[in-house]
Amino acid sequence: MNTRVRLDREHLHHLLRQMIRIRHFEAKCVELYQAQKILGFLHLYDGEEAVSVGIMEALGPEDAIVATYREHGQAIARGVGMDRLMAEMLGKAEGCCRGRGGSMHIFDRATRFYGGNAIVGGGLPLAIGIALGDKMQGKNALTACFFGEGAVEEGEFHESMNLAEVWKLPVLFVCENNLYSMGMAVERAESETDIARKAAAYRMPGVAVDGMDVVAVEIAARDAVERIRAGGGPQFIECRTYRFRAHSMFDAQAYRPREEIETWRRKGPIARFEGWMRESGFAREEEVARIESEADAEIDAAVAFAEAGTLEPVAELERFVTMDEVPS
Amino acid sequence: MSDAGTMTYREACKQAIRDALTADPKCFLMGEDVGRYGGCYAVTKGLIEEFGEERIRDTPLSESAFVGAGIGAALAGMRPIVEIMTVNFSLLALDQIVNNAATIPHMSGGQFAVPLVIRMATGGGRRVAAQHSHSLEGWYAHIPGLRILAPAFVEDARWMLAAALKDPNPVLIFEHVMLYNMEAALDPAIKEVDIDHARLRRDGRDVTLISYGNGLFKALAAADLLAAEDISAEVVDLRVLRPLDTATILASVAKTRRVVIVDEGWKSGSLSAEIGMRIAEDGFFDLDAPLRRVCGREVPMPYAPHLEDAALPQPDDIAAAARGLVRGT
Repeated sequence: MNTRVRLDREHLHHLLRQMIRIRHFEAKCVELYQAQKILGFLHLYDGEEAVSVGIMEALGPEDAIVATYREHGQAIARGVGMDRLMAEMLGKAEGCCRGRGGSMHIFDRATRFYGGNAIVGGGLPLAIGIALGDKMQGKNALTACFFGEGAVEEGEFHESMNLAEVWKLPVLFVCENNLYSMGMAVERAESETDIARKAAAYRMPGVAVDGMDVVAVEIAARDAVERIRAGGGPQFIECRTYRFRAHSMFDAQAYRPREEIETWRRKGPIARFEGWMRESGFAREEEVARIESEADAEIDAAVAFAEAGTLEPVAELERFVTMDEVPS
Repeated sequence: MSDAGTMTYREACKQAIRDALTADPKCFLMGEDVGRYGGCYAVTKGLIEEFGEERIRDTPLSESAFVGAGIGAALAGMRPIVEIMTVNFSLLALDQIVNNAATIPHMSGGQFAVPLVIRMATGGGRRVAAQHSHSLEGWYAHIPGLRILAPAFVEDARWMLAAALKDPNPVLIFEHVMLYNMEAALDPAIKEVDIDHARLRRDGRDVTLISYGNGLFKALAAADLLAAEDISAEVVDLRVLRPLDTATILASVAKTRRVVIVDEGWKSGSLSAEIGMRIAEDGFFDLDAPLRRVCGREVPMPYAPHLEDAALPQPDDIAAAARGLVRGT
């Protein structure tokens, strides 16, 4: 086990704060969606917060991230500002993508956040390319690539896992296994449901962790990152998790029993971690309340920023379809 | 370059790659069998000895992964050249080309560019049947965010790559399989070409033949046939399929007042349809005759030589179409 995970008060509070920031941000997104201020698709990360928060703790600013379309949590945990994130959700020019990306396509150059990719599996080839580019330039950076277990069914998973290992690229593959790709249960879709085992077929080290346990995820991530930085090539982590809500904002969820959702909720990453912190004397009730109220204040400010934002002029519609120069 | 001062299209492509890798340490080439094998069409033969395995990178048969890797490497600051063996296999990488390369600059609000060049062989005529003979460059020309080049002349094969690598956007270069052995003399004074404009390859007054790639040479052959009948055909080489140089097309139409568009691709929903419609929209009153097209026949490409020849536009077909417009027959 990696000993660099500090189980001190400050760090534990930080982990809890990050998960609460994501949970509360998305709760606000639901309100704004119901008010029809956020449009289109809205894929909530509710239940999966420990995955992004744990993984990001192991990364440095030089590292790159390729995310999925369920990426609000990934973006917030990475440090993308909530104000520009919320403005993007509201389709404003002040959004990180000037209103062109929306919920599913968050990009942020400052944090090397290469999107919000909404084609399942489509981000994996990008991730190995970013890792290849960094490696060829002699940078000591790795690329963390997030994807769901549905992506494992795509050919791009196979191609990318193989190529990453053949070229020994610095890629951290993070599979967020929430058991359902939209409505398709993993056991109905995959011949081998022990996803971490698939890494062995590529001779890539792979582990499965409890994706509802933020500390377990952080430990696994730090171990994997250490091996990558030591030149050990790509690493694979399967985070076993669950989304508490519908695939997108509304689906009847006919594909899974209500009791299953309730069972998983009891194992929820925030409830469990917070409970453990209280019992262990790492957090008092008022401290948790303060974390929550600070998160809410940050979110309120982000919403105010987004609401006050401007609309990209329609005259700018075709701007960035082609670029005049490579941004630096 | 041979003693006679000529160069093949293949050699021109290779020299262009050699120049690019020599000029920019961030430039590298990857694709299937580009290294030890020397390239399916021998374009990259010898380059791995010159530049090493890091920069002439053999890839597994994983078109989506290595094209996506090219996009990723471009995002990370490299200037990759990705070779897809043929356009037929590029269909396995469509997700990366269409959903990523073409969208990321806009979708990210201009935070990222994708300075990537993808080269691939295209076209029919080699008796290799339906799965190896597609002419799908017109499809790619449908996609905003991409620049599509179709070098026909050796000079363009020699110099278009450098211009493409200067473009901060994804550029696809379609090298026609029937042209690799073609030889031509190069003007030593020319060291660059633009990738914005179509060009007149033959001056004429009675009819304009518009084409690109190998179709261009069939159009030029048709112009020779027509000249013997005292019909003067102008030949426009599109060179750039996206963005289309509509101005050059319209200028020629205004001069000759008759047009035949020659495209080895299928007619329905094609690049030839797009060109025809642009002329209809903006050059309608310059026309003295209906627009005509000579396109690939709408069949999967057959193997048998007589059938393949019948499926592709030929100089006689083009001359007949032009003659019909000029003579009203």
